Amino acid sequence: MKIFWQLFITFAKIGAVTFGGGIAMLPMFKRELVENKDWITENELTDYYAVGQCTPGIIAVNTATFVGYKVKGILGAIVATLGMIFPSLVIIVALAALISNFADLAIVQHAFAGIRACVLALVVSSVITLAKKAVIDKIGVVIFIAVALLSTFLDISPVIFVIITAALGIAINVKKEKSK
Amino acid sequence: MIFLKLFFEFFKIGLFAVGGGMATMPFLYDLSESTGWFTTSQLADMIAISESTPGPIGVNMATYVGFTTVSEHYGSSFIGILGGVVATIGLVMPSVIIIVIIAGFLNKFKENRFVKGAFYGIRPASVGLICAAALLLIKNTILNIPETFSNIDWLSVINIKPLILAVVLFLGILKFKKIHPVAFLGIGAVAGIVFSM
Repeated sequence: MKIFWQLFITFAKIGAVTFGGGIAMLPMFKRELVENKDWITENELTDYYAVGQCTPGIIAVNTATFVGYKVKGILGAIVATLGMIFPSLVIIVALAALISNFADLAIVQHAFAGIRACVLALVVSSVITLAKKAVIDKIGVVIFIAVALLSTFLDISPVIFVIITAALGIAINVKKEKSK
Repeated sequence: MIFLKLFFEFFKIGLFAVGGGMATMPFLYDLSESTGWFTTSQLADMIAISESTPGPIGVNMATYVGFTTVSEHYGSSFIGILGGVVATIGLVMPSVIIIVIIAGFLNKFKENRFVKGAFYGIRPASVGLICAAALLLIKNTILNIPETFSNIDWLSVINIKPLILAVVLFLGILKFKKIHPVAFLGIGAVAGIVFSM
């Protein structure tokens, strides 16, 4: 029983003190899981991160699930994941309730207009960062531009784009191997 | 039944959004348009809050959307909490299922040619989707598209104050990579108040 509690608390702690998710959480994972708890090795953490990035879902959550599973099976995976999302639930619900009470104040509306301009800047800069990592060859450029344009001008669910480009990627990869 | 629909929609996002928190953004825009649960300008605020609070951004956004949707549906913040929980559980459930399945054969999974191929195609597509969502965000924040095209006051088509602020902050973000996004969001909030945006 104690190990489940430890899994929950450890991941709740990580979720409560790290901003940004994804790569920003890696140093914290390393300190808590490899150095403090000795649940996994550093190499395992690197593997989990690599696989977590190429499976669907949130990277931090994927890593929590991996570690929980390794320590205590399926139940461990569930407990670690619940620990990971617990702080977000508490903090966001509290803030959302607070903000909705003050949303009508002029000063709050001005502040959020400024914040929205900043979100725009942040999102554009993260598109650039992500594109540098994910768009690495000619085919990647074509897929990137085609999806960006089609998704902007046509009313198609993102799910459709993911399924089509996955199939396309598999076809290209298989063809490449045949021609070797 | 709004809880079931909420769970299903976020389960879908958890299954198809690849590449971290920002990847959920295009799906949330799609959700806003198809369900009308929240507006796109609410979504921009949610992104801001999710970026400036602890925890994974995708999880924060799911909690926020679930809470807001159910709170407004029932007119009660208390029931809204349940909405936040349901959306977040929906988001992470596909991850838990997939990871538990592949945890046993991690290396084989990584080297599998179908997996490799699929992600070769999905990765640039995922950034393309985020880029399209960013364009929508630009349209909503910067442009005032008039309802009719007669008597257009061209100066009012572009919201000049947010445009200037966004450009200045963008250059700041590029130049000072070490500074946390929260600092820029704070500057944005202050500028918004000072210049009455």
